[in-house]
Amino acid sequence: MILQASHIEKSFGHRAAVAGVSFEIHEGEVLAVVGESGSGKSTLLNCVSGRLRPDAGTVSFRTRHEGVKDIFALGEAERRLLARTDWGFVHQSPEQGLRMEVSAGANVGERLMALGERHYGRIRACASDWLSRVEMDPARMDESPRAFSGGMRQRLQIARNLVTRPRLVFMDEPTSGLDVSVQAKLLDLLRSLTRELGLAAIIVTHDLAVARLLAHRMLVMKEGRVVEQGLTDQVLDDPQHPYTQLLVSSVLQP
Amino acid sequence: MIRVRNLHKSFHLHHQGGAELPVLEGVSLDVAPGECVVLDGASGAGKSTLLKCLYANYRATRGTVEVAGTELTTASDQALLELRRRKIGYVSQFLRAIPRVAAVDVVTEGMEDRTGAREAAEQLLLRLRIPIRLWSVPPATFSGGEQQRINIARTFIRRMPVVLLDEPTASLDAENRITVATLVNEAREAGAAIVGIFHDRTVRDAVATRVVDMGALH
Repeated sequence: MILQASHIEKSFGHRAAVAGVSFEIHEGEVLAVVGESGSGKSTLLNCVSGRLRPDAGTVSFRTRHEGVKDIFALGEAERRLLARTDWGFVHQSPEQGLRMEVSAGANVGERLMALGERHYGRIRACASDWLSRVEMDPARMDESPRAFSGGMRQRLQIARNLVTRPRLVFMDEPTSGLDVSVQAKLLDLLRSLTRELGLAAIIVTHDLAVARLLAHRMLVMKEGRVVEQGLTDQVLDDPQHPYTQLLVSSVLQP
Repeated sequence: MIRVRNLHKSFHLHHQGGAELPVLEGVSLDVAPGECVVLDGASGAGKSTLLKCLYANYRATRGTVEVAGTELTTASDQALLELRRRKIGYVSQFLRAIPRVAAVDVVTEGMEDRTGAREAAEQLLLRLRIPIRLWSVPPATFSGGEQQRINIARTFIRRMPVVLLDEPTASLDAENRITVATLVNEAREAGAAIVGIFHDRTVRDAVATRVVDMGALH
């Protein structure tokens, strides 16, 4: 187990966005959380990634050196350090996850500086290496993210998140802001990177084809609850819950 | 190696008036290492459903399904993933093409041991008559028969103790069917327990150590 969420609850006003969700994820495992908008999947992701304090429930994370920690029992500084080192968070919109006013290279390199790296040459070399790994031209590292297309910005956001070699990456609809033609490239990149690096990932998506391609396991959410979970192909090929059956039958076969 | 007892599988269709569709009603089956059991029976008899239950793709409604020492109906997701990684090979009817991954990499990507992976893949691709110029091309654009041969290669390259085959030869020509039959026999002689569906009589006769009628399993 790398992360375990137990009985997470979160309400906004009178509306329960997440109403008692528990799950765990293991090292190297990709977990998809699917459901339509308003099902609570993004709120759940924000809770388990420490960005939003749940009203009830606990989130435990197995740290590299200090065993299992309850992330909301950590101080703010410790939690931020965790978020910058062991975790990554890929937002739906790259503008949310990037610093648009600094260069592409700096977007990647500043994550290393936050970890104490001070050697300019090494930072630049590492940033350049990561730009190539996400199939961007390192020669463009001094350009602003604004100079890049949506798909390139999203790949830049991924490089920024992976440069610190996190063990767990949270992704909120990582492909849904992109043109279909660009989605396939990004999906393939995510698929090979998670495999190569042995990354654990929690991917929130409304797109069952994304889940099919990337995830080992999936959770199906409706009205703040998990209505079904299992191996990805079990849930997609043999859906049991009425809602999952509706979801699967409403789309072209992923 | 495979031990199925009183397996029931029905599909509850919530949006079709709550219809209950029973497909398997109390199936029992044993398959030993070195056996190749070919499932027979009319379309709709549940051959494919049984195969999917053996892979834990479909979840049993009732009964027990033990494959390579793991009871699938009670195993954790992690145990099932591990079992698929190390013990069970499954050739589906169609390859789910992965965008942008070259054919040769599609073949090797499930291998735990990477040493000699590429050479082994190339040998299999040669045996399955995939033209060399296609090896570095993603299979998404391949013909049905070519895709199916990639699908076959990626399973047989892993030399699993359990191999499940859902109509692997349906879209192949006679020559390639013989190659697939040879691959099945080699795996079986190496000790694999194999369960398959083959409509082609020649292939079936060439590989089966036992043909079982779905009706007789109940």
